[in-house]
Amino acid sequence: MISFQVNSEDVEFDGDDSTPLLWVLRDHFNLTGTKFGCGIGQCGACTIHVDGKAQRSCITPVSTINSKSITTIEGLADGHEDLHPVQEAWLEYDVPQCGFCQAGQIMATADLLQQIPEPSDDDIDNNITNICRCGTYARIRKAIHKAAALQAEGGDDVS
Amino acid sequence: MSARASWVSDTVTRRQFLVSGTTVAGAFVLGIPLRVAGAADDGGDRQLGFFIEIKADGHVVIGTNQPEIGQGVRTALPMLVAEELDVEWESVSIKLMPLGIVKTADGYTWKYGGQGVGGSTGLTSNWDFMREVGATARQQLIRAAASRWNVSPDKCTTEPGYVVCPTLGEKLPYADLIADAAALDLPEESPPLKNVSDHRIVGKKHDTIDARDIVTGKTKYGIDTREPDMRFAVIARSPWLNGTPKSFDDSSAREIDGVLDVFEIQGPAPGEPYQILASGVAVVATSTWAAIKGRNALQIEWDKGPNAGDSSEKFWAENATMLDGDGQIVLDDGEFEAGMAGAEKVITHRYEIPLVSHAPLEPQNCYAFVEENRCHIIVPTQMPSGASRSAAWATGIERENIRVDFTRAGGGFGRRLTNDYVAEAALVSKQTGWPIQLQWTREDDIKNDFYRPGGLHEMRAGLNTDGEVVAWTQRLASASKYYRRPNMPDENLWQAELYSDDFPRRIVPNMRLEYFHNAIGVPRGSWRAPAHTANAFVIQSFLDEIAHETGQDPLQFRVDLYGDERELEYGGHGGPTFNPGRLTRLIKFVAERIDYGRDLPNGHGIGLASHFTFGGYAAHAIEVKVSDAGDLSIERIVAAIDCGYAVHPNAVEAQLQGGTIDGISTALGLEITVKDGQIQQSNFHDYPLARIATFPSRFEAHILPYDENPTGVGEMGIPSAAPALTNAIFNATGKRIRRLPIRDQLKT
Repeated sequence: MISFQVNSEDVEFDGDDSTPLLWVLRDHFNLTGTKFGCGIGQCGACTIHVDGKAQRSCITPVSTINSKSITTIEGLADGHEDLHPVQEAWLEYDVPQCGFCQAGQIMATADLLQQIPEPSDDDIDNNITNICRCGTYARIRKAIHKAAALQAEGGDDVS
Repeated sequence: MSARASWVSDTVTRRQFLVSGTTVAGAFVLGIPLRVAGAADDGGDRQLGFFIEIKADGHVVIGTNQPEIGQGVRTALPMLVAEELDVEWESVSIKLMPLGIVKTADGYTWKYGGQGVGGSTGLTSNWDFMREVGATARQQLIRAAASRWNVSPDKCTTEPGYVVCPTLGEKLPYADLIADAAALDLPEESPPLKNVSDHRIVGKKHDTIDARDIVTGKTKYGIDTREPDMRFAVIARSPWLNGTPKSFDDSSAREIDGVLDVFEIQGPAPGEPYQILASGVAVVATSTWAAIKGRNALQIEWDKGPNAGDSSEKFWAENATMLDGDGQIVLDDGEFEAGMAGAEKVITHRYEIPLVSHAPLEPQNCYAFVEENRCHIIVPTQMPSGASRSAAWATGIERENIRVDFTRAGGGFGRRLTNDYVAEAALVSKQTGWPIQLQWTREDDIKNDFYRPGGLHEMRAGLNTDGEVVAWTQRLASASKYYRRPNMPDENLWQAELYSDDFPRRIVPNMRLEYFHNAIGVPRGSWRAPAHTANAFVIQSFLDEIAHETGQDPLQFRVDLYGDERELEYGGHGGPTFNPGRLTRLIKFVAERIDYGRDLPNGHGIGLASHFTFGGYAAHAIEVKVSDAGDLSIERIVAAIDCGYAVHPNAVEAQLQGGTIDGISTALGLEITVKDGQIQQSNFHDYPLARIATFPSRFEAHILPYDENPTGVGEMGIPSAAPALTNAIFNATGKRIRRLPIRDQLKT
């Protein structure tokens, strides 16, 4: 039996503990906002936060998250007035095309802004490695800078 | 009331078919601009036809009938309806309609107009239709109000959400008029449409309808389908092209907790048309992970089949040998032989274009529930009617008893024009009797695709003493996209690979196109802008080479060749005409924006390219820096599109940005190769889509308005990106890239 928190709720999982967290979230808890894209940690569509740090859930066995706290895209805005600043910035630049990768992009960016509150273009290049097949990178870059500005303005604690 | 239930259950009579046209697949389309449905009295909401529902509070729900694959059509088409209906865009919400087909004496026809997106036609094939839907509804509302006020309809007009009569000083909200409007017969003729100059919604910047749901993780893609009692399935497909399972041992697989059933899936015989791509063994389980673990535990002995000797190495060698001989001459304008013989200088080069995979980020998946006499499909697809046909093939159930709901799709790029995964899902549900979700992994996707064809192109130009092109030929040895298709004669295979009316047709006097078909057992299909990606690369590279070898400036050489505005006959998709002057305008524009011709630092170079794709025009100017060690960095990108009239400019810009990135990403590192009859790539580590670091912050995407006729935009941004990049590399280094992908060719 593995006990952990998902979006601040206590949950338990008593199935195969080699199951990647991705499939536990999607198939057992119906939290389908976290996407499957590659299964080998390459594309980042499955990015979630484990104790506040971005991690790729498709290569995270559920056995490794006992007692830990998971945040998914569905819970990212918790504690914020409406949306998380990264989500707000994503809307301002209307980033999504097909949208499938965007939850992962947003989760990765939220973590980046915690590490580096005002990332340069090089910081973005070095830290954001999620794949967008539609090619929304031009807008993602602008939205990351905007999210940093929103965070600075609002003094919003990005978590 | 449930609008969708009403849409689905309505029967359609002959007089309701008012609009006709053709789909991208060439099927005859009958659409319904407006069906004034009986007004319901159970809640105050009223529905006007299939596409428009007006709530008692004035809120308007507009039905959208086309698949959304990220191109923005789910926002763009309702904009057209809302514009003509005359409502505030902020009062509109969108409802996705299911596939609507109706059985008639003549076979199946469309209930809500043609449904399907491909060939950049999602907008253009609905441009008139959707505006007429809105305008007809508005006209009925005006007639209803006029009747109530006892005035002639021409004394009335609308302002957003209201019918007004300035003479009487009266004003009624649409919501109050629906019951009256619904009782009126449809007029014989469609009402006039607004002038483009009067548009308030269309042509203006609007955000993607679903953006908020997407960024909060609420949007349901196909992969997110969760239905009662649903099981999860994966299939172990033959790793050999046209291989089959000889025998398999599933004892270990069945021991895995959650695995429910294991059985064989039979693929098509070699050479037969594809309903599904491959033979294999299906595993059904209580969760996706259990199904994957079960598949990993299978012991399968494969019969390698007839293509075990296929390889890329052999394919490229055969292409080169073919080009040394004579092929099928498919176009012969003017006096080609004489033109070439009389040329002052002849330039010849060969270019290799690899096979590539679509790799939409949402892996293929499909929900199917097959019961005795009916079937339900939920699927991300570009062609929902194809999904219906695939399910009918797999189950033997009449298509009228197959319900197809299509979801927002996590990318299309042409992969979801084929519905092989729908047929697979239906086979698995039929076999088990359970509602199942078939899930492909990324490995399944990369190894089982209808790949973009690869080929070897030989370009030859004859030039006169002034450096003008007097004779031109393109000779192509390739594996045609037309592969294992029913009723496809060999002499037509070239048509998928060479678009004979493309530039420089009707510009260069003596022109010949020659084709050689090299059959390799790799499935091929439509990949975003199909043959335009290959041909734009080859032609735009070759133009640069000619300019360089004759001492001409690459920009001026193109401007001279394209010439001024004029409409040339264009019989292919995107016609009926091609105006090369629109390319002149675009390439001059991007050149000016990037300050072409300035002195560049050492190791820097600028490249240009432009192309006409399926009715629309685009150009790219790219600046690169290449280090002494051969490290490439893209410093600046300027892209421009002329799509006539930009209906949904925000999406036009997005498609231009995305197409540019797709073109560059593919040119830099993507290739599918075959060895011993197996696809060698499997996932993003060896099929490396470019990431954000590849693309500079100096990245402009411009829309240049032209006229009042919109073209599609989904494919126009891709073809000229790659040659602009490699032309820039040449300008920086003197190294000409004649083989894609670029990969490590610059390393020293």
